[in-house]
Amino acid sequence: MGTISVSNLGKAYKQYPTRWSRLLEWLDFRKQPKHNLKWVLQDINFNVQPGESVGIMGVNGSGKSTLLKMITGTTQPTSGSVHITGRVAALLELGMGFHPDFTGRQNVIMSAQLMGIGAEEILDLLPEIESFAEIGDYLDQPVRIYSSGMQVRLAFSVATALRPDILIVDEALSVGDAYFQAKCFQKIAQFKEAGTTLLLVSHSAGDVVKHCDRALLIKDGRIAIDSSSRIVSNMYLDLLFGGKKVDSSNLNALSKEEKILADSREDVFHTRVGYRKEEHRWGAGGASIIDFHIRSGGQDYPSKIEDNDTVDFYYKVHFQQDFSSVVPGILVKTLEGIFLYGTNSFIASKSSDLISVKAGDSKIFKFSMPMKLNEGHYLVSFGISSGDSAEDLTPLDRRYDSVIIYIARKLQFWGLMDLGADFHCNDSIQVPEIR
Amino acid sequence: MYLIRSLWAYRGFILGSVKREFQNKYQNSMLGALWNVLNPLAMIVVYTVIFTEVMKAKLEGVENSFGYSIYLCAGLLTWGLFAEITTRSQNIFLDNANLLKKISFPRLCLPVMVILNALLNFAIVFGLFTIFLVVSGSFPGWAYLAVLPLLTLIIIFAVGLGMILGVLNVFFRDVGQFFGIFITFWFWLTPIVYPITILPKSGQDLMMYNPLAPILGATQNVLVQGLWPNWMDLIYSAVLGLTLCVFGWRLFKKRSGEMVDEL
Repeated sequence: MGTISVSNLGKAYKQYPTRWSRLLEWLDFRKQPKHNLKWVLQDINFNVQPGESVGIMGVNGSGKSTLLKMITGTTQPTSGSVHITGRVAALLELGMGFHPDFTGRQNVIMSAQLMGIGAEEILDLLPEIESFAEIGDYLDQPVRIYSSGMQVRLAFSVATALRPDILIVDEALSVGDAYFQAKCFQKIAQFKEAGTTLLLVSHSAGDVVKHCDRALLIKDGRIAIDSSSRIVSNMYLDLLFGGKKVDSSNLNALSKEEKILADSREDVFHTRVGYRKEEHRWGAGGASIIDFHIRSGGQDYPSKIEDNDTVDFYYKVHFQQDFSSVVPGILVKTLEGIFLYGTNSFIASKSSDLISVKAGDSKIFKFSMPMKLNEGHYLVSFGISSGDSAEDLTPLDRRYDSVIIYIARKLQFWGLMDLGADFHCNDSIQVPEIR
Repeated sequence: MYLIRSLWAYRGFILGSVKREFQNKYQNSMLGALWNVLNPLAMIVVYTVIFTEVMKAKLEGVENSFGYSIYLCAGLLTWGLFAEITTRSQNIFLDNANLLKKISFPRLCLPVMVILNALLNFAIVFGLFTIFLVVSGSFPGWAYLAVLPLLTLIIIFAVGLGMILGVLNVFFRDVGQFFGIFITFWFWLTPIVYPITILPKSGQDLMMYNPLAPILGATQNVLVQGLWPNWMDLIYSAVLGLTLCVFGWRLFKKRSGEMVDEL
C-alpha cells in the first residue's frame, strides 16, 4: 500500500492548426491525423516506496502539475502508465473541485463521497474537519463567498480527514496563511510517521528540504535529476537564478569582476543572472547602469547567499554627460516591497569626497554588506544620481527591483532582520544597579 | 459490468448530488419547490387560454371540457423531460470541468445525475398531473400503465442524444449553440401544442420522420382518450433511440480521455 510506479510516462496535447481541423480529422475515414502533438512531459520513470516522501520541483510550466494529474488519474497519459496501490488523497491547485453554490458543509460531504468515504463515516469525520479548517460559520455559507485561503483550509481538511496511503499536495498550501501552513505540515508529518507516502510540489526549496527525503527536478518535460532533496533543491535554485561555481583557480584572481565589467560598453545588465525583467527603470538620463555583478562566499552570482555572508554588489555606470558630482546608491527590499535598507556613497563612505565624471566615462561602484536577513528572496535596486549633498540629488538612472537574490539560513528566526540578539541566563547577567 | 459496479460504488455521490442540486435550486427562493410546479402550470394556462379561448381550437372526438388541457399537459410534460435531459446533458461535462480536472471518478456519474434529476422534477409535476386527472374524473384507466414504456422510450432517446451532444460540445462548442436553436424548432414541429390533425395531409406524412412525434402522440392518446398505443408505430423511434445510445456510448468511450484536455 502506498507505492507509486511511473513508467515511460508522457503527455502530449493535440494542437490543431485551425478550428475546423479537428472536425475534418474526426470525419476523415482514412484516419489521417491533422494535429501536431505538443509534448509537455516525456520519458518519466520513477518509483516511490511506501512511506517515502518525494518533492517535485521545477519552474512554472515545466509539467509538474500535469504529472500529478496523471498520477491522480484526472488526466489520461498519452504514453506509458502509472500504477498506484492504496488510497490517494490529492489537493490539486485550488480547492477540491468545490461547487460554488453549495455550502462548505455540502461540499465537504460531496468531496468525501468522491473519495469513496461512506455516508456514516463522513458524519463521524465532520466535527474533526470542521475544527481543523477553523473557518467558523462560513462552513454553512456557499463556497462562492469563500476566500481562496478558506477554500484551501477546507480542501486540506477534507483531503486529510482520513489518513490516505498516498497524499499528493500541489502548491495548494502556499495560499494558506503561515499559521495554517504550519498546521498542515504538522499533520503531514504525522501521516508520514504513520506510513503515508507523500508527493509534494512546491516552489519553496525550504519546504521540500524540510519535508522530503528525495526530490525530482523536472525540466523541459523530463526528469532532470532524481536525488536527495537537498541536492535537488540546490539544482532548482541554480536553474532559477543560474548560479555558477567559480573555478578555484580563479578564486584568487582579484577584481575579476572588474575585468568582466570593464570589458564591455554596452548595456548587458539584462543578460546577467538574477535580472528581473519586471524592473522599474527611471531617471533623468545622462548616465546608464549597464552591468552588475554579485559575489559572495567565493561564488559569482550565487544561487543562494548563506546566513550573514558579506555580499559584494558591483555595478557599472556609463556616463553620457559631465557631472561634477555623482552619487551611486543601492536599495534592498522584500518581495512585498518593504524597504529594508538603502544607502549611497555619501552615507556608506562617511566622506564628502565628490566623484566627478566626464562624458564617455565608465565607472564601477561596489557596495559590500553582510545580508543579515531571514531566509527568502529579496529585491535589489541600483541607482545613480547627480548632486553634491545627500539631500539634493537628481536621479539619472535608477533600476528599481532589477535583481533578485536568495538568502538561505540554517536557523531561521522570526521577522525580516537579524538584529543579532545575545542571550544569557540569570547567573551570568550583570544586573545594572539601580540608583 | 465493471461500469455498473463503479457507478454503484459512487451511488452515495450520485444520490447526494441529486439531492443537493434539488435543494439548492430552491434554497434561496421563498416559495421553494413550488416553482417546480408553477413554471409548467403557467405555461399550460397560457397555452390553454390562447388555443381554446382565443383561437377556438378543438380536439376532434373529445367531449371532456378539460380535453385540450390534458392533451397539452401530456405533450408538454413529456417534452419537458426530453428537453431537460438533452439540454442538461449537452453541458454536463463543461459545467463540471472544475470537478473533472481535479478529482478522478467515473465520468458516467455525471449523465446519471442528470437523468435522475430530470426524473425527479418530472415525477413531481407528473404526479400532480395524475392527481388532477383523478380529481377531474378524466383518469384514463388501465391504459395509464402504457405511460411507463412510453417514458422509457423518451428517456432512451434523450439519453442517447444527450450523450452525443455532451461529448461533442466539449470539442465543438458550436454544438451547444446549434442545439439550443434546433430544439426550439423541434418543439414547434412536434404536435404538442396543436393536434396533428390540423396539419395538411403532407404535413402529417412528414411528421412520420420526427422520432418524437409517435411517442408523444401515443402518450397524448393514452392520457386524453385512454387508448392503448399501437406499439408498431413506435418501433422506428425505439430503434433510433437505441442507435443513438450505442453511438453515444462509443463516442463517450473513445473521447472521454481526451475530454479533460479540452476543458
